[in-house]
Amino acid sequence: MSKVEFSPDTLALAQRIIKRYPEGRQKSALLPLLHVAQAEFDGWLSPETMDYVASLLNIKPIEVYEVASFYTMYNLKPVGKCLIEVCQTGPCWLRGADDIVEHFEKKLGIKVGETTADGMFTLKTVECLGSCGTAPMLQCGADYYENLTTEKVDTLIEKLRASDNRSTYMKSNMQEL
Amino acid sequence: MAKVTIDGIEVEVADGTTILNAARQIGGEVVPPAMCYYSSLKDTGGKCRVCLVKVTQGSAKDPRPMPKLVASCRTPVMDGMVVQNITSPEVLEARKGVVEFLLLNHPLDCPVCDQAGECDLQNLSYEHGVGKTRYEEDRRTFEKIDIGDKIKLHMTRCILCYRCTFVADQLTQERVHGVLNRGDASEISTYIEKAVDNDFSGNMIDVCPVGALTDKTFRFKSRVWFTKPLDAHRDCDKCCGKVVLWTKGDDVLRVSARKDQYNEVKEYICNECRYDHKDMKDWTIEGPRHIDRHSVISQNHYEKIDMQKLKLDIDRQLTFQKGKQLPETTNP
Amino acid sequence: MGRQILLEHINVPGINTFDVYRKHGGYASVEKALKTMTPDEVTEEVKKSGLRGRGGAGFPAGMKWSFLDRKSEKPRYLVCNADESEPGTFKDRYLMEKIPHVLIEGMITSSYALGAKTSYIYVRGEYMYIIRILEQAIEEAYAKGFLGKNILGTDYSLDLYVQPGGGAYICGEETALLESLEGKRGNPRLKPPFPAVAGLYASPTVVNNVETIATVCAIVNMGGDEYAKIGIGKSTGTKLISASGHINKPGVYEIELGLPVEEFIYSDQYCGGIWKGRKMKAVVAGGSSVPILPTELILKTAKGEPRLMSYESLSDGGFVSGTMLGSGGFIVMDETACIVRNLWTFTRFYHHESCGQCSPCREGTGWMEKVLHRLEHGHGHEGDIDLLVDVAKKIEGNTICPLGDAAAWPVASAIRHFREEFEYHVRYPEKVKNPKHFELEPFVPAAAAMATV
Repeated sequence: MSKVEFSPDTLALAQRIIKRYPEGRQKSALLPLLHVAQAEFDGWLSPETMDYVASLLNIKPIEVYEVASFYTMYNLKPVGKCLIEVCQTGPCWLRGADDIVEHFEKKLGIKVGETTADGMFTLKTVECLGSCGTAPMLQCGADYYENLTTEKVDTLIEKLRASDNRSTYMKSNMQEL
Repeated sequence: MAKVTIDGIEVEVADGTTILNAARQIGGEVVPPAMCYYSSLKDTGGKCRVCLVKVTQGSAKDPRPMPKLVASCRTPVMDGMVVQNITSPEVLEARKGVVEFLLLNHPLDCPVCDQAGECDLQNLSYEHGVGKTRYEEDRRTFEKIDIGDKIKLHMTRCILCYRCTFVADQLTQERVHGVLNRGDASEISTYIEKAVDNDFSGNMIDVCPVGALTDKTFRFKSRVWFTKPLDAHRDCDKCCGKVVLWTKGDDVLRVSARKDQYNEVKEYICNECRYDHKDMKDWTIEGPRHIDRHSVISQNHYEKIDMQKLKLDIDRQLTFQKGKQLPETTNP
Repeated sequence: MGRQILLEHINVPGINTFDVYRKHGGYASVEKALKTMTPDEVTEEVKKSGLRGRGGAGFPAGMKWSFLDRKSEKPRYLVCNADESEPGTFKDRYLMEKIPHVLIEGMITSSYALGAKTSYIYVRGEYMYIIRILEQAIEEAYAKGFLGKNILGTDYSLDLYVQPGGGAYICGEETALLESLEGKRGNPRLKPPFPAVAGLYASPTVVNNVETIATVCAIVNMGGDEYAKIGIGKSTGTKLISASGHINKPGVYEIELGLPVEEFIYSDQYCGGIWKGRKMKAVVAGGSSVPILPTELILKTAKGEPRLMSYESLSDGGFVSGTMLGSGGFIVMDETACIVRNLWTFTRFYHHESCGQCSPCREGTGWMEKVLHRLEHGHGHEGDIDLLVDVAKKIEGNTICPLGDAAAWPVASAIRHFREEFEYHVRYPEKVKNPKHFELEPFVPAAAAMATV
């Protein structure tokens, strides 16, 4: 495995982020840097990646593990290229989120929590994403897909399959449905 | 100085003293239990909620009661504050609830747990718990792991008091373990397998209120109440060298720091004293360790009972109990 | 449509850009405040306006500002709480997406009032595209001289940054938010000390919701007294309501406080009535944590007066027959909705979002979720309902932060008002095993069933 290190551009961005906080408070940059790191390194945070972020911020590795494992957006295990996160809380459930999840499972041939064999899709259910007025909805990387129907899900799966990009914190890959 | 009344008993304490510590100055039954607070570790407390009390009068200046029960370990007293602990049915009900929550996922494996006999959760459950659980679901479990070659972590028993993380932060150079994940999936861990290895790591065992962190060198050696605790000391260049030797015959089965009546260590000891001197000859023996007479450990009768002190203790209890029943008995 | 303050220009093309926003009166409050008012005068106007925190608690914003420790030598901070995560709430996202500059403007004016030299907008991490929109707007504001050194040629300088969260509802609690902003786990702090004394980096800090800060612009422009004339009683001004669930027109609506609930639900200007021509069964009026109310109690108070969209009217009757305005997350359920299943999703949410720091919330939320899961899936039994009530009671008020209460209230209120539906789940386990049970055969309370016979 190659050494974990940001590209020069990303490193410059990281330095800019660190400057947002007062002297000695560089730990504040931890959450944004973890997002950046996850975007840079295949959508998940390996222990090596987290150790690297700890070294950038001059903090102990355990401080990074504690934080990364607390927040749901950080993936501590590899995920598919498209991480499909379907909201299932009350307002989305009222408008048919269960049917959307079921449709995904059927279409992709996987259960919630699993990744397709080709490594393309990981299916997850998540709690409220603040999109209740446009329910049911899902998040894929940086992108929200709203007012979902089973037809729209079919279109989305096709478009995502055809696309080369991974939608991340750094780069949207929004598909017109 | 601030005057505060706890369960009808007035005490004057220094400004900034917490309700819990004011109660400890009174002593006896009015002292709230504490599972996460630890006097000698900064920033501990507030988490377990067993020390909740009712403040019926905020202060002399602002006599309004506090709207919710407060964590006595982290709430400073105010002059003229009036507090109810065991005289408040609301407090006792809430405490019963907290004990039930703490036991919800606890394995109750006391018969095979090294902590049994000196376990704060066991004592707490005895005082405030109920005999039967209402929880029907599967309990949360974790794998037992070694953190370092001397400490066993039974995460299943942990009540997440965070004390061991404060020990690592405040007594050692580099903390390598912490609380990972969140909610009821939270766990004490090093994340990637890493040994907790430094001169003072053994103190994590002493501050653990339950059997989550136990001394591997003492593991399954003996029930603690079959041992004879002795106060002993040695010259140590790393720590105070003042310890308790837990002995059986001439064998030293375990070495621990000395704890006060609230089960707290005031002077921490180094790993060398704890692990490397399990030989009576290495120590100057001071005499039997005084253990509270209520403790199962003192059932061993290794210590001569101080009859005068015992009488005082009983008298104080009687006076207190009488005071508590006053409303029912005043008007015959 | 009533008085529009925040969303007045929502439909103007390009209102998300600095130039169009400025052309429509944008940044006037910054000019007015920095050039003609002292910071204390701005605070005074906010006090006079009667503006109450729009994040959910409804605490008077001016009073919160006045608690800020101005004697401290330490720098002061204003932090905007854009961690909108309460189920049913999406108004802040809408506002930030459509009119980002109103938040930037509000941040500048409010920071000036509080004497903050650096301010942060903490946005929930999932709103990644909103973070881009805000960063873009901030860049424009810097370029136009509204941020940075010597704003508009005055002595006042301000730096403003956007901070992403990492996915945690609890960071909407202000002290958890500050912990998170310091790069730590989102564990709420024990109070006191309050953020006004020791907040971000142990410095005096004010944390306000997006809508609260955006509203400051209008208050400074029109004056606190004028603003206080809008609305009803102590519920002054307008409020953004996020409407969702079984209605014809879900979305964000700005209402003048005091609007009758019935009009809000049935008028075509707002929710447009219940979808599919069905009847309404229940409403959660202020985000998932507030007590659920059945139709008869959401439309009218227990005294028979029309219920209004205001802090006071919605809480009329206390928790026995009332609820709360909360964050304005208005979730409507029609006759086919299963109250037990809806509650299960809410409780699952709180279980998932509990930080795990204090024992009643860590253990209690999971316990309630498991019992509800059992009930909803046809494995409940006698005693489960009382058990839920008791567990909720033992969590409520006994936790470090309000998440415990937020988890307990929905359970207590659903059982209070819909106990029969819970009993049905115990009595007919086979029927409720189908997840769509009430869609197939709507639940009819015994009293109503008797009447139709």
